[in-house]
Amino acid sequence: MHTDTLATVDTGTVRGLHRDLIRIRLIDERIAALYPEQEMRCPVHLSIGQEAVSVGVCANLRRTDRVLSGHRSHGHYLAKGGSLKAMFAELYGRATGCTSGKGGSMHLLDLEAGFFGAVPIVGSTIPIAVGAAWASRMRGEDRVVVAFFGEAATEEGVFHEAINFAQLKRLPVLFVCENNLYSVYSPMSVRQPEGTEVYQVAAGHGVESAQGDGNDVVEVYTMARAAIERARQGRGPSFLEFKTYRWREHCGPFYDNDIGYRTPAEFEHWRRSCPIERFEAQLRDSGVMLPEELASLRREIEQEIDEAVAFAKSSPFPDAADMASFTYAE
Amino acid sequence: MSRDLKFVQALNEATDLCMAKDSSVQIMGLGVPDPKGVFGSTLGLQEKYGAERVSDLPTSENGMTGVAIGLALAGMRPIVTHIRLDFAVLTLEQLVNQAAKWHYMFGGRMRVPMVVRMIVGRGWGQGPQHSQSLQAWFAHVPGLKVVMPTTPHDAKGLLIASIEDDNPVIFIEHRWLYNISGPVPEGVYRVPIGSARVMREGTDITIVAISYMALEALRAADVLASHGISAEVIDLRSLRPWDERTVIDSVRKTRRLVVTDTGWKIGGFSAEIVARVAEDGVAMAVPPRRVCLPDSPTPTSPALSAHYYPRAVDIEETVAAMFGVDLPEVHAPVTIPLDIPDMSFSGPF
Repeated sequence: MHTDTLATVDTGTVRGLHRDLIRIRLIDERIAALYPEQEMRCPVHLSIGQEAVSVGVCANLRRTDRVLSGHRSHGHYLAKGGSLKAMFAELYGRATGCTSGKGGSMHLLDLEAGFFGAVPIVGSTIPIAVGAAWASRMRGEDRVVVAFFGEAATEEGVFHEAINFAQLKRLPVLFVCENNLYSVYSPMSVRQPEGTEVYQVAAGHGVESAQGDGNDVVEVYTMARAAIERARQGRGPSFLEFKTYRWREHCGPFYDNDIGYRTPAEFEHWRRSCPIERFEAQLRDSGVMLPEELASLRREIEQEIDEAVAFAKSSPFPDAADMASFTYAE
Repeated sequence: MSRDLKFVQALNEATDLCMAKDSSVQIMGLGVPDPKGVFGSTLGLQEKYGAERVSDLPTSENGMTGVAIGLALAGMRPIVTHIRLDFAVLTLEQLVNQAAKWHYMFGGRMRVPMVVRMIVGRGWGQGPQHSQSLQAWFAHVPGLKVVMPTTPHDAKGLLIASIEDDNPVIFIEHRWLYNISGPVPEGVYRVPIGSARVMREGTDITIVAISYMALEALRAADVLASHGISAEVIDLRSLRPWDERTVIDSVRKTRRLVVTDTGWKIGGFSAEIVARVAEDGVAMAVPPRRVCLPDSPTPTSPALSAHYYPRAVDIEETVAAMFGVDLPEVHAPVTIPLDIPDMSFSGPF
């Protein structure tokens, strides 16, 4: 799906997709650049290379819809509209962070934006997303819930338990699997039988399932649009698997191709399939956006990031007296 | 107005009242709407409140606990049932990593108002995996609350308090309490989580008892009284938070402490109580003692389980030894088999 598909999406949406892709890339690259200062003292799992899945899915969501995620959640949080300042402040451990310094990069939250939480225990937010969808239906709220996770989560029991239940109850949930081929450094070949296609496993639960190119933001957008519409109409859950690739190390700001768990050829193949470069080529070909606009867009985003980093670094740390606060709800 | 209800009827009535007054309360679990209704505790609820709010579940304990957490985060007040606590061991990830943490780790922005009911089995060959009393595990985790009512009055009052609480509450019920009767007020009332109850006042020794062991402690107190020993029996009722004040004040008065628990001794909640009293510097006339399960899994054969569970006589002998008193060997004759709570119980679980 290329330029022809692009024609089915309105220009405003196309520009929005493009802006969000670049924004997430620049934000995570800034984190990578600043991380060696050792002021962000929490693990970070960067979304670089995988941005198109976050952007393509979330562009179909309303602010009142809800998104949950796992350890690699920056892209999902940002694409859903999570506050950038609160995110940077959280990475810097500040009181102004999105969880007041209690969570860090692995526990982002922005309720106003509908980003309903992320946790690093693989697969654990999947049943929670299903429960949130059930609650919305019982309460008569018109919300769709999206659970983002990696392909390793489909090896967890709770994934199967949750997707079975979502289908049983026909809940308004979209399961989005970013298949980046690795669980930390363990490839698919040591984790799932040869020939397994993750989306077919989901289909075994009776759920409407499909597989797409996770580095083609328009394909992600159009596939997610159909699934989300389906959920909104009360026709039940869907499962979308998107093949994509993480560029940087599993956890941290650097590249780790030197340690030998993946080949230079494989990395190069995926780097050439950069979701942003591919989309920009489409845009240029179709005349949607001119090169000078790209430059000003990047400058504008860099300035937003400058401000967010400055906000974070100048924010106070939480008070020591708040160490145990919020252990219980009053 | 109070009438006598069984423990199981008190649970049912508490659930019914909460569902009637708050449409966000729902109950779910394997068999909740089935003809047995979790030993009767959920009977009749689906007819009144419908299949969405009173729901059977797939046999997916961990996943369904996650679903319940999602419900709670999104505005519902789910009650989840496990007909044996042992099945809830499958849910530790969701309970410990998620339910206990979301309020804290999201800086107070997320709440998990849910109740997880777990039933501890005993006797009739429940064996190693249908009888475990793992309250100490849950009580170890900040963010969870843990309660274990003994009387029908407290079963109702604590269940209402638990349903209304904005935190995840582990509500542990001992199967041998289900048929005991006692006065239960009508209407809505609450027993505060974290409050113990002095079941019997005494001056010579404090017996802190958890769940079913409170009944054994009361029996023991009767026998001890006939030997001139005045035992104060405290039903702990809540393990997290627990009523340190009531226990410490009592031990200060009696200067002697026995803790009796339905769980194992090593690493058990009894250790927490003894340690806390010791840390408080309460002067004791003799070292404290514990009457808990021996250090093995639960055996199945009645010939073995008869020697496994501590009873009133074990508490009596422990206390007597602390006073240097010899109790006569002969106790009241055993009129019922040792593997059932009373003659109304005919198995299988």
